[in-house]
Amino acid sequence: MHRFANPTQFMRIANAIYPWAAGLSVILFLIGLPIALITSPPDYQQSETVRIMYVHVPSAWLALMIYGIMAGGSAAFLIWRHPMANLAAKASAPMGAVFTGLALITGMLWGQPMWGTFWVWDGRLTSFLILFFLYLGYLALGDAFEDSERGDKAAAILCLVGSVNIPIIHFSVEWWNTLHQPSIVKLGGDGVKSTVDGSILLPLFLMLGAFTFYYFAVLVLRLRSELLAAKIRNARMSQVATHAAIDPAAEGRLFVDSARLPRASAE
Amino acid sequence: MDTLMNYLAMGGYAAWVWPSYGLATIGVVGVLLVSRRTLKTREREFEMLKNARRGGGQS
Repeated sequence: MHRFANPTQFMRIANAIYPWAAGLSVILFLIGLPIALITSPPDYQQSETVRIMYVHVPSAWLALMIYGIMAGGSAAFLIWRHPMANLAAKASAPMGAVFTGLALITGMLWGQPMWGTFWVWDGRLTSFLILFFLYLGYLALGDAFEDSERGDKAAAILCLVGSVNIPIIHFSVEWWNTLHQPSIVKLGGDGVKSTVDGSILLPLFLMLGAFTFYYFAVLVLRLRSELLAAKIRNARMSQVATHAAIDPAAEGRLFVDSARLPRASAE
Repeated sequence: MDTLMNYLAMGGYAAWVWPSYGLATIGVVGVLLVSRRTLKTREREFEMLKNARRGGGQS
């Protein structure tokens, strides 16, 4: 696992994943969207509003999955100081915030016609709103310090502390029986069980796949971008040091491994 | 035409279904475009820095 801490190694794998993830996402969207919007049947109780589920559930799934990945990345960063794990968490956070926001808004747009209200302070909705604030807190905290490494550490700690919210979100519909319906798909020892017909599950799974592969494809783009940002910071620091003649050794440090940036600044 | 209008009406729930898909599209496409644009900008900036560095080295 530690070899993935090397940015070159990490990006080699990420770049190999990129065309597959991007291609699969496009294919799944192209198959899934027409089924979700046109050929799948309306629900016998919820009528056409059931179609909102095909964007609501994948958004909520990504919101949770991305937080899980960020928590794993933050833990690897705090324990082993893996710079790439931290970079993956940082690159994921804005996407997590967007999909949490989407899950909340599409949920409201589904709730109003079906429940008669946009919002109730029930367990699932409230814990999901907290997840949204956790994402915003992570993003704000990461930028709140002049020393970027301190900001990264503070954000990683917030992410880990906030991960207690994930099981609360998952079990909220079982602990508190309010308006939000329980899970329609359950993974157990005897395989996948569902209370929903296959004609509704098919577009749901296609869209879940499309969203998931989309996340991994865009994550690779964002990781490249984060690495470049670190290289640019490095190059600028090296330039300043050279011009000010503070650090003659800065010559040749233009392409220093970006992961070492915080240490380079302390030298 | 009627079939299309019927379809777009979403059984009377058009006001909820279409905005959901519209916002989801804006979110998905928006994140992709912003991420790509940031990457391109940084690639350009890094190239410029690299060239400036080379130029500085020659002078």
